[in-house]
Amino acid sequence: MMNNMKLKQLIEKYPFITDYFSGNKLDINLEEERTFTEFLDSFSEEEIEDFAIDKESLTENLEEYIQNMKEFLGIKEEKGVESLTILPGFDKSRKKEGFETLTLHKSEIISIVGPTGSGKSRLLADIEWTAQKDTPTGRSILVDGKVPDMKWRFSSNNKLVAQLSQNMNFVMDLTVREFLELHAGSRLVEDIEGVTSRIIKEANKLAGEKFEMETPITSLSGGQSRALMIADTAILSSSPIVLIDEIENAGIDRRKALDLLIGEEKIVLMATHDPTLALIGDRRIVIKNGGIEKIIKTSKKEKELLKDLEKMDAIIQSIRTDLREGRELSLKK
Amino acid sequence: MNLVIFSGPPSSGKTSIILKTIDALKSRDISVGVVKFDCLYTDDDVLYEKMGIPVKKGISGALCPDHYFASNIEEVVQWGIKKGLDLLITESAGLCNRCSPYIKEIMGICVIDNLSGINTPKKIGPMLKSSDIVVITKGDIVSQAEREVFASRVNSVNPKAMTMHVNGLTGQGAFELSTLLYEKEKTIETVKGMELRFPMPSALCSYCLGETRIGEAYQMGNVRKMDLGEDDE
Repeated sequence: MMNNMKLKQLIEKYPFITDYFSGNKLDINLEEERTFTEFLDSFSEEEIEDFAIDKESLTENLEEYIQNMKEFLGIKEEKGVESLTILPGFDKSRKKEGFETLTLHKSEIISIVGPTGSGKSRLLADIEWTAQKDTPTGRSILVDGKVPDMKWRFSSNNKLVAQLSQNMNFVMDLTVREFLELHAGSRLVEDIEGVTSRIIKEANKLAGEKFEMETPITSLSGGQSRALMIADTAILSSSPIVLIDEIENAGIDRRKALDLLIGEEKIVLMATHDPTLALIGDRRIVIKNGGIEKIIKTSKKEKELLKDLEKMDAIIQSIRTDLREGRELSLKK
Repeated sequence: MNLVIFSGPPSSGKTSIILKTIDALKSRDISVGVVKFDCLYTDDDVLYEKMGIPVKKGISGALCPDHYFASNIEEVVQWGIKKGLDLLITESAGLCNRCSPYIKEIMGICVIDNLSGINTPKKIGPMLKSSDIVVITKGDIVSQAEREVFASRVNSVNPKAMTMHVNGLTGQGAFELSTLLYEKEKTIETVKGMELRFPMPSALCSYCLGETRIGEAYQMGNVRKMDLGEDDE
């Protein structure tokens, strides 16, 4: 089909292929009346060597790219992942894990607790790889109750898990606006302006200190960066599952952050050592010796404890604000 | 023996990824050896040795490292076979980003890192474009959005490759990568007669032959001049 279509027609049909041309440094300006093959044939031997052009693979890859993107757009229109199920494997001593099935639904938060090195990364990797008894733990992962499509393993645009961790930073030299536009563009979003302004609005609700569209992302404070990353992941990421590795309790409203994620119908897994955060989850996975030892449902009593903890947190936060503002500190308020 | 060719820009994390991947392969009783190609210096062989992995290094010195690779790969393969390896991994740093050491029929893996900037996929030629698997590293320190943008850029230059995120520090993803490296059916006895996936650039100007003096009088052979425009007039 591609062979007898003019570039103009091709672009009209698949607007996204301009990314392919620019990625491969193919300048198709003024070439639009030609077919792709004719266009490639117009290069001289010297140019072919200079620009390291491989006609055959460029043609094959273009077809593959169109296929990938069509699939990607198709997935966007699907409903998304409703549930994730983990079936038990073994811990490091080959003992069966302490649960039968664990099903997580969208808009649910589950905490993961356990000492460093106990196997949290492995659990996450199993989910990401949609393990089918073919990883060291022997776990199986089901998506919507079924053995998942292999696309989750092999596609570069559709990853099952998005990650947010403490160590993450922005590294690009871009303003918040440029950054969000770039991300939205790569996700083939149509209403780029609408989406970016929504992200900014949500991020500013989470951050203690507000920031502007024209702020460079590298000069955002820790709390602001975290807020922007969370809002961006919630709204723009295609991954239905979000793994959070601890959210520091400074400069960001953690509860609102989690509410935003589940409001966007994500399944949230949250590794944490902080009781205030862990108890927000409805359940928590306890990891020991490389395996899931047990799953604890957050009890009523614990939910009450959470209220107390949040009160204490609020006290500490307000004292912190007083300190920053140069006031005298006291427990009364 | 299986052969897998790793390449990628300097400091992208090739050695860390290979070490973690070999860890995972060892648990399946697959014996692995490594040959490291570099240009001037490497002490990565010590890292491999420490882990008890049979290793050889090749320093290309005054030669183009990719040409050096192509002229030595057959001997390297024979070394691996003699050692009784199940899997031989070669590791080489792409230096001008123009070449790739990949061979048709042999799995080629390109390692690039998220920190290298979003235009990097555009800058790297056949080393990225003609690889079978693209491993993206250092994903634990950049934001989710940047990872997604980077991966989509990779996909636009090499839509056929499978893209994987592997963490060279924690090893997350290395087990998964290891499952793709060894297949009994892919056993080879030699690479003699096989072809490079992409021709290396033509060279041979006077500087290839050791000329050091600057100036047109000393330039011979395949020489090309930059187009600097004529804005003086």
